[in-house]
Amino acid sequence: MTKYKQIRIVLNNCGVIDPENIEESIARDSYMALGKCITEMTPQDVIKEIKESGLRGRGGGGFPTGLKWEIASKNHADQKYVVCNADEGDPGAFMDRSVLEGDPHAVLEAMAICGYAIGATKGLIYIRAEYPMAIKRLKIAIDQALEYGLLGNNIFGSKFDFNIELRYGAGAFVCGEETSLIHSMEGLRGEPTIKPPFPAEKGYLGKPTNVNNVETFACVPIIIRKGASWFNKIGTEKSKGTKVFALAGKVNNVGLIEVPMGTTLREVIFEIGGGIQNGKKFKAVQTGGPSGGCLTEKHLDTPIDFDNLIAAGSMMGSGGMIVMDEDNCMVSVAKFYLDFTVEESCGKCSPCRIGNKRLYELLERITKGQGVMDDLQRLRNMSNVIKDTSLCGLGQTSPNPVLSTLDNFYDEYVAHIKDHKCPAGQCKDLMKYFIIAENCVGCTACARVCPVGAITGEKKEPHFINSEICIKCGACMERCKFDAIIIK
Amino acid sequence: MTKIKTIADLVKLRDELQSKQALADSADNAESIIQIKIGMGTSGIASGAKDVMDFLIEALEKRNIEAIVSQTGDMGYSYAEPTISVKKPGKSPIIFGYVNVQKADEIIEKYIKRDELVEGVIPVNYHTIDN
Ligand SMILES: Cc1cc2nc3c(=O)[nH]c(=O)nc-3n(C[C@H](O)[C@H](O)[C@H](O)COP(=O)(O)O)c2cc1C
Ligand code: SF4
Ligand code: SF4
Ligand code: SF4
Repeated sequence: MTKYKQIRIVLNNCGVIDPENIEESIARDSYMALGKCITEMTPQDVIKEIKESGLRGRGGGGFPTGLKWEIASKNHADQKYVVCNADEGDPGAFMDRSVLEGDPHAVLEAMAICGYAIGATKGLIYIRAEYPMAIKRLKIAIDQALEYGLLGNNIFGSKFDFNIELRYGAGAFVCGEETSLIHSMEGLRGEPTIKPPFPAEKGYLGKPTNVNNVETFACVPIIIRKGASWFNKIGTEKSKGTKVFALAGKVNNVGLIEVPMGTTLREVIFEIGGGIQNGKKFKAVQTGGPSGGCLTEKHLDTPIDFDNLIAAGSMMGSGGMIVMDEDNCMVSVAKFYLDFTVEESCGKCSPCRIGNKRLYELLERITKGQGVMDDLQRLRNMSNVIKDTSLCGLGQTSPNPVLSTLDNFYDEYVAHIKDHKCPAGQCKDLMKYFIIAENCVGCTACARVCPVGAITGEKKEPHFINSEICIKCGACMERCKFDAIIIK
Repeated sequence: MTKIKTIADLVKLRDELQSKQALADSADNAESIIQIKIGMGTSGIASGAKDVMDFLIEALEKRNIEAIVSQTGDMGYSYAEPTISVKKPGKSPIIFGYVNVQKADEIIEKYIKRDELVEGVIPVNYHTIDN
């Protein structure tokens, strides 16, 4: 298995079967794993198999799935629930959507297997309403599975019943956090609560609830069919199997990829991704979305797995991977994610609600050229306080983009503060349009196109931009045929 | 549809579906047929996959070419959407990227009718669970 860098396990059926026709799934072994579990295995056997596979949660945290199921199975109650987290809130991530749209039965089957293992008869899929195509295909898939008797009562002639319903989210990032997600399903405000109690003890309607991510579930049927020892041969020592990434940003082959854990960033970006667009220079890659950090040149040969990414100051997250080139300003990147966090913070606890806003303001000050060197220490201190004292994972990870850019691109922060320069030429407030007199032939084209009359000069004489008036629209630079206008 | 009540029912149904598929896939029998799949995840649809599908269904019928045209999920090549896969009996499926209506027309005229390759083929770049 070395010819190609990718192996499609989770994406096995994606782009191959018609997701609206259950028979195409069945022809490719769908529901065989469920049948095997119900007819040949005890719930304990199933849990043991998942534990042995080494599968860890793909929703971000990497918690061992088998262990999670075991805990839920040991908590006794008259009703338990299996919840699929299909909230997928990271900007730029679309792996879960693609799995649901391309292979909905894999997720339904896995939820039923989980129900059998932990002793639950009800499954709920929490999906954001912005995913209409995934919702439509899930509904069709559920109806067809019921019709074929693969969901519903007495599955495979056994005493096991399992039914799945959809619950819609309004697209708040914090609702992807499991306690918040459960509150949202209960009709309460989508705000997190302190763990413990974990959902496995007290979850939906106070009952033991097992929450897993879409991609985590999608790994399950194949593990049962092919065996834990097949699955755990793929990957690294502590991270087994594959990971699907949504490769985005300045890379040539933007798309959905699936690689064994332990593949390096270099292989992902330069081999599978085809390198950086327009022959530009690689600068950084953000993994883990707003909770993650940026990795740089020096991390390119690090094998990607849960633990290595954390050691490098980022995290796996759900699998968004945004590639940046030399034109990306890293202070602005940190500001972009903080802007997102400030928007998405639920406001329940003050470190996150107020702290992130203050971080954002500091970053904004720096990108405007109004920062002072003390701001850098302030950013660090405040980040650490927010991480340590926030209630939920959103606040606990939100300063990561700030800390990792400070660690890896300190000089870029300093350039903004001390030299009032943005080395990537992104921060508008720090740019100055400037005409190089030697190159200017005085054709007047720029002066005619300037919307605010900032350019003066006689015909056939070098022109001049009044930076007090200039609004930095870039129109003049685009118009000049003599490369006389530059940004400084 | 009769309900699946035992694992034997499921195995039987799967085997039937697989042999039907195998006949459709292989050359030289009455069931052999060209199979075209269109990547219709959200990103495919957003790039115009529906128009391509409508065109293919209509054009193939007009030109008297028997084929099954169906939708599938995201093939993963967002940079080259819309993507379609074309499988001729007895051959491996070929994936074409950047397929608009003109390209689809070219694929019918050149690849489907005359086995001539057209530009935009995306080579297989992954292992599957079976190899
Ligand atoms: C702010 C925040 C957002 C989250 N968003 C998601 C999400 O969109 N999808 C997801 O599966 N998990 C998300 N999680 C993780 C869940 O809380 C939970 O750990 C996960 O669904 C468990 O599934 P897993 O063990 O299969 O990964 C989020 C966590 C936090 C703190
Ligand atoms: S950390 Fe942020 S999102 Fe989480 S509970 Fe506190 S305010 Fe809400
Ligand atoms: S368009 Fe260029 S060459 Fe012409 S006047 Fe402006 S700066 Fe000079
Ligand atoms: S950047 Fe826009 S506003 Fe500034 S001088 Fe050029 S055309 Fe005028």
